[in-house]
Amino acid sequence: MEQQATNILVVGIGGQGVMTATEILAEAAIALGNDAKKTEVAGMAQRGGVVSSHLRFGPKVLSPQITAGTADLLLAFEAAEALRWCHMLRPGGLVLMNTAKLVPPVVNIGLYDYPADPVAEIRSHGYQVRAFDAQAIAMELGEIKLGNTVMLGALGDHLPFPAEVLLEAIVKRFSARKPQLVELNRRAFEAGRAAAKAASAERIAA
Amino acid sequence: MAAVMPAPARSRLFLSGNEAVARAVWESGCRVAAAYPGTPSTEMLEEISGYPDIYAEWSVNEKVSLEVAIGAAYAGSRAFCAMKHVGMNVASDALMTLTLTGVIGGLVIAIADDVGLSSSQNEQDSRFWGRFAHLPMFEPADSQEAYEMTKAAFDLSERFQCPVILRLTTRICHVKALVTVGERSAHAAAGFKKDVARWVMTPAGAGRRIPLMFEREKALRGEAEDSVLNFVTEGADKRVGFVTSGPATMHVRESFPDAPVLKLGFSCPLPLERIRTFAATVDKLVVAEEVEPLIEMELKANGIACLGKDILPRQGELAPHVLKPAIAKLLGEPVPQNLAAPTAVFPRPPTMCVACPHLGVYYTLSQLKNITISGDIGCYTLGAGHPWNALDTTISMGASMGIAMGLDKGRGDSDKDKRILAVIGDSTFMHMGMQGLLDIVYNKGNVTVLLLDNRAVGMTGGQNNPGNGRDLYGNPAPRVDFAKLVESLGVKPERIHVVDPYLLPVLFKTIREETKIPEVSVIITNQPCVLVDDYKQQQPFKVIDDKCTGCGNCVEVGCPAIHVMRREKAIKPSGKEVELQFVQIETAACTGCGLCVQPCAPDAIVKVAAGEPVSILKRH
Repeated sequence: MEQQATNILVVGIGGQGVMTATEILAEAAIALGNDAKKTEVAGMAQRGGVVSSHLRFGPKVLSPQITAGTADLLLAFEAAEALRWCHMLRPGGLVLMNTAKLVPPVVNIGLYDYPADPVAEIRSHGYQVRAFDAQAIAMELGEIKLGNTVMLGALGDHLPFPAEVLLEAIVKRFSARKPQLVELNRRAFEAGRAAAKAASAERIAA
Repeated sequence: MAAVMPAPARSRLFLSGNEAVARAVWESGCRVAAAYPGTPSTEMLEEISGYPDIYAEWSVNEKVSLEVAIGAAYAGSRAFCAMKHVGMNVASDALMTLTLTGVIGGLVIAIADDVGLSSSQNEQDSRFWGRFAHLPMFEPADSQEAYEMTKAAFDLSERFQCPVILRLTTRICHVKALVTVGERSAHAAAGFKKDVARWVMTPAGAGRRIPLMFEREKALRGEAEDSVLNFVTEGADKRVGFVTSGPATMHVRESFPDAPVLKLGFSCPLPLERIRTFAATVDKLVVAEEVEPLIEMELKANGIACLGKDILPRQGELAPHVLKPAIAKLLGEPVPQNLAAPTAVFPRPPTMCVACPHLGVYYTLSQLKNITISGDIGCYTLGAGHPWNALDTTISMGASMGIAMGLDKGRGDSDKDKRILAVIGDSTFMHMGMQGLLDIVYNKGNVTVLLLDNRAVGMTGGQNNPGNGRDLYGNPAPRVDFAKLVESLGVKPERIHVVDPYLLPVLFKTIREETKIPEVSVIITNQPCVLVDDYKQQQPFKVIDDKCTGCGNCVEVGCPAIHVMRREKAIKPSGKEVELQFVQIETAACTGCGLCVQPCAPDAIVKVAAGEPVSILKRH
């Protein structure tokens, strides 16, 4: 039997940087010698639609799609999206989620309600949750676009490889494209990592 | 995209199927590549434009792109053409006779099916074209295969002097995987050689070439029988053996690691003897193909017993969660249950962008009564959704014109007083709408056409087109003057209006007046897509809390930057209960188009002062 692949599902909304974040994760996995496949359905995602990006890596990956109930980790860039996709996790799997809510027009015009407490609802299904406001963290660092690096930072300590490998992949990407942003992204990564850790501690304290 | 140094041979790259095809097109020494954008195929041409030594273009539609590629192949150059599945419906007029003339330079046609309907109006199976046009077809299952098969397709095309179809699906085009790339080899153009009997398809000429086409097909079947692109992955569990093609192959191998699998990469003409031999080694043969039962029907017709769509769905992807229960049931094993059901969460349909120029158009249309709106394909198809509900039909590229004409001429008594409008974007108009407008003019239809010129192919990511003065490479190109164009088609000059879609009163007045006049009018909007460089952002707006009366007029514009923060029930003087919606604008997202300001009666929406910080709305 071949060694199982690691399955990470990254979800959010078009424009949040979900696909780029997954791509950086893939680069980190590949740098360690893994085979990897990444897939998403995002045909109209640029128009505020749902984006779900699947990453599978391991010695050999066949199907690029994660089957419901088999994701090891769920990285959710938006609160309701975490709830929408949590059934993809294996039983007791871990959700790392942004608590920021992005309310779509269908909710604004009153056709649907936004879930009252996504975090509690996800927990009620038996999943572990580390929730934090990635948007606020990014804004504190002065740039909302850092949100996806904050999210990757949160994932850092939950991967089957050291967080530093992921950070290195981020640094490599920015060094090539926007070297002036390397330092800021390093800080965003560490802030996300700290936020996930703190979220975990709060939970234990509660 | 400016040409950059391609990654060296033997690099191991993380490429999408589209990127892998583009790399292979370049390595194959292809000299001409053409396409019209369409999800999921768009990135192939975008990527090709980044390689040196190859001419690439955005053609005005798929038929033209195929004809450009055919001409280049007649001239002896290697040529490439890419399109989404429905694009071949447009291009097929050329394809069905191209199969008779064949080519000199290798010609590869990539058709990308949208299995799973991520961004398309239907899910048709392009593998029919291989059978219909008697042409060879390759079906990769991942990026590495997409790369290798593109190269093999050029070679086969030249050897058999006929085009080769590369059939992709969304799950190939948009999946990234590792690809080991190789060297480029140049292929000089052989030069066009006059040969009337071959290149001029008259009835007599075509009649002589049809038998040659069938001979070629026979030879190609032999080629498929021996092709290395068709191979077996051995498996010890012989209760079920699978014949697969495309991405279904990976799902099958993932789901049933111990089952024997015959993967068909060279899937048309079908290697029947190869399959017959394989079938004899397994208890049951199951065909896993997306989406129609093409292989299955051919096997059954040739006396090879198999199962297929009798146990698997004829729509959507054959992902592991679809395959596993079906096969368990077939084997009489317990059917695996889904561990957890998805939680019901509000839908998040695609919306128009903040400040999109179409918002003004749809807000206006939503305020008009007694109209029927024939729509078309592009971002503005979203006008059918909330809050506008202002689009009544969509079927195919350019169809808004002909359908509006038919709605006019085929009126029933109940539609007697209806005004007929057609809404079409600039790129769709040039793709296939112009002929429809000419038909309306020529046959004296009573239709008000809204030509939404946002200077881009918006839905596929803002590609350039003949309407924005830039080519695929971003270089300056001649720019179509839509007002002159429609005038030359015969629309009266006084019936042509160019309107700024951010000026609601002008837009409203123009549309209302033109719909009253019983002849064809064209109203052209003239503001660019907010996602392209032409768009200039302005100082954002904000809502003054104390002034907002909760009337909700601004919400009806449909801009995603406007958020309802609080709802209240109120009783009007008439005694009617209404729901008030108190709003805020997310100033960090607002780009200052000013649409929402115009229906705001209490003047509660004002510009954010220069230097005042913008913010993100907190929703807890």
